[in-house]
Amino acid sequence: MQWNNASEFFAMGGYGFYVWGSFGLCTLAMIAEPLLVCQRRKRAIKQIQNQLN
Amino acid sequence: MINWFKYSAPSTFYPLAGKLIPVFWTLAALLGAIGLYISFFVAPTDAQQGEGYRIIFIHVPASWMSMFIYCIMAFWSLLGLTFNTRLSGMMTRALAPTGALFAFLSLWTGALWGKPMWGAWWVWDARLTSELILFFLYIGFMALQAAIDDPRRADRAGALLSLVGVVNVPIIYFSVKWWNTLHQGASVSLTKSPSMATTMLWGMLTMALAFWAYTIAVALMRARTIMLEREGNTEWVQHLPDVKEAA
Repeated sequence: MQWNNASEFFAMGGYGFYVWGSFGLCTLAMIAEPLLVCQRRKRAIKQIQNQLN
Repeated sequence: MINWFKYSAPSTFYPLAGKLIPVFWTLAALLGAIGLYISFFVAPTDAQQGEGYRIIFIHVPASWMSMFIYCIMAFWSLLGLTFNTRLSGMMTRALAPTGALFAFLSLWTGALWGKPMWGAWWVWDARLTSELILFFLYIGFMALQAAIDDPRRADRAGALLSLVGVVNVPIIYFSVKWWNTLHQGASVSLTKSPSMATTMLWGMLTMALAFWAYTIAVALMRARTIMLEREGNTEWVQHLPDVKEAA
């Protein structure tokens, strides 16, 4: 382990902006995508139910 | 022998995919956690690039996935054009947005890596340019699908586009060999032993597997949704517990 404390970890040896900018957007995107698919699925199910009733 | 055609029917594929989705989500979460742990706590500081190199742990897997997904789309397209199965068009469509996302993430993380190391967010280098073309191919595929109302015709047009576009994938892969690029050559190849520390390699491979599991999970979810959208007026969809439950 190369980090002595949390602030050193977040600073990433001066590359914090670049490293966290990469990992941050990746994480956000990979949370958002399945949520959007869930929404689309709910919409599709609603539509079928409306059609049936 | 397994009757593959049986599983190519949406009515049998739908419940099967429903069982597989949680398995792949679990795998993605586990592998992702291990991969991130290796990326930040096990892999050593790079001698030349300091901590900045850690972007590699998502940049390389995202780039690999953007190319793999396009190849899988081309494979499904070929099956679709040959056997005329409904599932292949649905799978191709289900994969495209995820492929576009990984192509975008590859470019994004690449820009954030290029700026501190090369001094530029972007250069018109063969590797970067061909990856940008791949991103446009995904966008073009999705636009084409959205522009054609008849789903079966949209499937065929999309299948042709993905088969023609797949020629770009080897161009991306070999671009660093064929041209003089600012982008570095492959650190991992099939023919040579990898030119990087083993812990770095393991971190990258674990993240790549996590991205695989993620892709399968999210693509299966989207494929199921597409089935509901397209086959909403069929008996099997109307009798699904998912549809009946909330009514």
